[in-house]
Amino acid sequence: MPNYAWPPMPSRKVMGKPTKRLDGPQKASGKAKYSSDLNQPGLLFATILSCPHAHARVTSIDTSEAERLPGVTAVRVISPAGTEVQWEGTEIAAVAATSEEIAKDAIRKIKVRYEVLPHVVKEDDLSRVGNRAKAAGEQVTGDPDKAFQEADVTVEGHYGIPVINHCCLEPHGQVVEWNGDHINFYPSTQNVSGIGGDLAKSLTFNPANIHTRMQYVGGGFGSKFAADRWGVECAHLPKMSGGKPVKLFLDRATEMQIAGNRPSAFAKIKVGAKRDGSIVAWESESWATGGMGGGGMPPIPYVFTEIPNKRLRHSAVAVNAGPVRAWRAPNHPQASFLTCSALEDLAAKLKMDPVDLFDKNAGLTARAEVYRAQLKKGAEIMDWKRRWHPRGESGSGPVKQGMGLAINTWGGGGHASQCRCNIHPDGTVEVELCSQDLGTGTRTIITMVAAETLGLPLGAITLKIGDSVLPPSGGSGGSTTVGGVSSSTRKATVNALGKLFAAVAPSLGAQPDQLEAVDGRIQVKGNSAKSLTWQAACRKLGANKISEMGVNDQRNPQGLNSSGVGGIQMADVSVDTETGIVKINKFVAVQDCGLIINPKTAESQIFGAAIMGICGALFEERIMDVQTGKELNADMEFYKLAGIADIGDIVVHLDITPEHDKRGVVGLGEPPVIGVIASIGNAVANAVGVRVPRAPFTPDRVLAALEGRNS
Amino acid sequence: MQAFEYANPATIQEAVALLGSRWGEADVLAGGTDQISLMKEYLHTPQRVVNIKNIKELGGIHRAGGNLRIGATVTLDELMENAEVRRAFPSLHQAAEGVSSPQIRNMGTVGGDLCQRPRCWYYRNGCGLLAMKDGRSLVPDGENKYHAIFGNSGPAYFVSASSLGPALVALGAKVKLVSASGSREVAVEKFFVTPQNEQSREIALLPNELLTEILVPLAPTHNATYEVRQKEALDWPLAAASVALKMKGSTVASARVVLGHVAPTPWPAAQADQALAGKAITAETAEEAAKAAVAGATPLSQNGYKVQLARVAVKRALLQAARGRA
Repeated sequence: MPNYAWPPMPSRKVMGKPTKRLDGPQKASGKAKYSSDLNQPGLLFATILSCPHAHARVTSIDTSEAERLPGVTAVRVISPAGTEVQWEGTEIAAVAATSEEIAKDAIRKIKVRYEVLPHVVKEDDLSRVGNRAKAAGEQVTGDPDKAFQEADVTVEGHYGIPVINHCCLEPHGQVVEWNGDHINFYPSTQNVSGIGGDLAKSLTFNPANIHTRMQYVGGGFGSKFAADRWGVECAHLPKMSGGKPVKLFLDRATEMQIAGNRPSAFAKIKVGAKRDGSIVAWESESWATGGMGGGGMPPIPYVFTEIPNKRLRHSAVAVNAGPVRAWRAPNHPQASFLTCSALEDLAAKLKMDPVDLFDKNAGLTARAEVYRAQLKKGAEIMDWKRRWHPRGESGSGPVKQGMGLAINTWGGGGHASQCRCNIHPDGTVEVELCSQDLGTGTRTIITMVAAETLGLPLGAITLKIGDSVLPPSGGSGGSTTVGGVSSSTRKATVNALGKLFAAVAPSLGAQPDQLEAVDGRIQVKGNSAKSLTWQAACRKLGANKISEMGVNDQRNPQGLNSSGVGGIQMADVSVDTETGIVKINKFVAVQDCGLIINPKTAESQIFGAAIMGICGALFEERIMDVQTGKELNADMEFYKLAGIADIGDIVVHLDITPEHDKRGVVGLGEPPVIGVIASIGNAVANAVGVRVPRAPFTPDRVLAALEGRNS
Repeated sequence: MQAFEYANPATIQEAVALLGSRWGEADVLAGGTDQISLMKEYLHTPQRVVNIKNIKELGGIHRAGGNLRIGATVTLDELMENAEVRRAFPSLHQAAEGVSSPQIRNMGTVGGDLCQRPRCWYYRNGCGLLAMKDGRSLVPDGENKYHAIFGNSGPAYFVSASSLGPALVALGAKVKLVSASGSREVAVEKFFVTPQNEQSREIALLPNELLTEILVPLAPTHNATYEVRQKEALDWPLAAASVALKMKGSTVASARVVLGHVAPTPWPAAQADQALAGKAITAETAEEAAKAAVAGATPLSQNGYKVQLARVAVKRALLQAARGRA
């Protein structure tokens, strides 16, 4: 079997070098075309009529006036009379028309009558959700009652983190075009290989007849895997519109109402410890909502899973609001927030530095030594030991500074991925796989792996992704893309190179296994005198191209990729105690990783995660109105996100070491987002001297906590 | 967006002839930064849109008698960068700077800032200007963290969105309103009104009138605006205060303290004015005036924190004004 192992760290020429995104110029110049940019001749525009009520039954629907509007080509009823609607924004009907404006006018001419039904849209107060809470069974480990009795110190707190939206810059949607009995499908997706099959299932259609293409996507964060109802509608509308292609992208409000959100999490938590900080007992009563369908059960206690005595109770609350979707590290940010907030409160009660408390209890985690080393590294970057002060001891002025800490863990690994490498007699190289680049640098790392293997510069590789005619590769979720595509690319390029070695070995008077590809040449190992240029070598192929596959074997990744990382995050904040405004001074992320193909995009992933977490810590919150059942801030105005000046200084430390390198490639998409809100919440508590129990840490909540009111 | 007739007049006379006699007939388009959103959301469905950006006489900032005359279509960026404004009216400069997106400052106009519709999320979600349901407002029992803490006995609970309004009230400015039949000058303080029903507006402008210019008296004052905004990036103030102090030596001869984003109109705080008269501005007198400014606040269920923010805004604006010079 060929040797697929990654080349030794010191000998790598391309991998491991900080490399700019290959598609940066296209994106920065606007040349990159997203599915929502498509505007082919004859394109029709579709829009959705959505339900204005949080809970209602459709009693009648009359589309006749809309159908008569000039320019309207098709009207489809999605929720016929009798349908019970469970959240605002639910799709009622779809219209296609020759312009977006006509389509929007037309949906206003559809007459829908509703019987409005009672709704529950808020879950922050468990006592007010009526019968909407469903308790999961109690889980008990050890003897928590006895452990709490014997604990030297116990601390009790309540904490909460709201539902937040994904806020993809490019909303969900697609263009669908029928070509005879074939469909050309241009979605905005994290799953180019798989989404056609999903659409086919809903249409009861042959998936082989769906050709899916997408080169760029404007954000997904876990919310863009499926074809969705709007995709299915968009596929039906052309049939009723003379076969013309139809574009349907959600508007911002609908995007925020129905295209996914992250579950909330609330908990009352009690922690017991010995005087030296050793945690002995945990008790929590948590609840969360993921919309009507449930979802959202944070794994607590997070990371410190080996606390010997535990009692856990959890309730899922069904609310009349849009359903959840995976959001970057599903359930982990909530779990980290609940756990690390409680542990910081424990440290404050023990008058202990939380770095020491986390270190003391590292044995309760699955990777004690990793976390201990990271705490040390983070503390060094933050100058923690010199600058940290006990909770609330932050000087006499109105602006208080504080520091906080949190922890993360994630799997990663490599998803299913197949790759084809073609080497042509003229020396050109194609690497082909149906993956997608979410903006994370997937194009760049695939090209780097191919260039490394083939001994070529990046520019010599032509990469083709984002097209379902190419070998399939998994959806980009769970931080599994980099592991999957790098492994399949490595194998495909090693296999193709092996064929090239076989073709040129006789002319170099050597065996194929004595050859290597270095600096654009094929040569006898270590002997550049016996070599051919890449072009000359490829000419030996005569008329035949090489076309070799590589497959990531998920059950046996052969050391190319693996999973399981930990990380810590530290925040330094200033809080104006007169206004309650929190500013980020500095944010430090120390992240465990495997083999890093491109340090630049790896670091960029962590910057992005930190920024996303800062938004969640300070600004983001879905505001539901009890009286109307509406999401009041389904917009980009009062659903607040950070701007550049709100972010502060972010320092990323990646543990790039030979030891970690041996683990192969591990994805980094989710872990660095996990502990951000928790670390900022802890820094705020450290600064102002009291816990602000609920995120985001907005002025009203900070001031309420300072005044001792419930917020 | 509902289809509409588009008019592009070149003079004020042409423009006012195109306006309607009732709200909803014609909308004025200046910067368009909110007008277009209102139309896309069907909150405004005018039959005609009158673009006033091509009317030259609506532009420009210059001295006119004892006033600085600011044309209605002067952009927030032009206002902010104007040397005379920087020198005489730091409070206006600071208020314009608080409109924290360069894009909006480049497009948005001073007239548009004064005439803009409230940002109340019930209004913006189609619940009506006063958010009435079954005869009562949704706001007092609803999500009111951004709503009014003054002037909120109903039926209006929204806050005036104007960034320049509080500063202009404090400076004693007037606006000129022109209709086909003539023109009138109205004190900015009287320009903002609290609507009593769904059909009325939050400004005294009539449907057939155009706001053409703003006249700010050039009387020397120490003035400043302080906004409490959560974000550095584009965000609405949670509370703001503008102050204008006429000084006699080192003491205040007379003061105007006006709160912003706390009431359906810019909210003059007469008790603070009185508290400051005859005093030097110190941390203590500023704090006392700030307390007096919010003494009559009537917060709703979720916006008690805004009382504190308004107090801090007054204190900081006063200290800023005392440090600066005019």
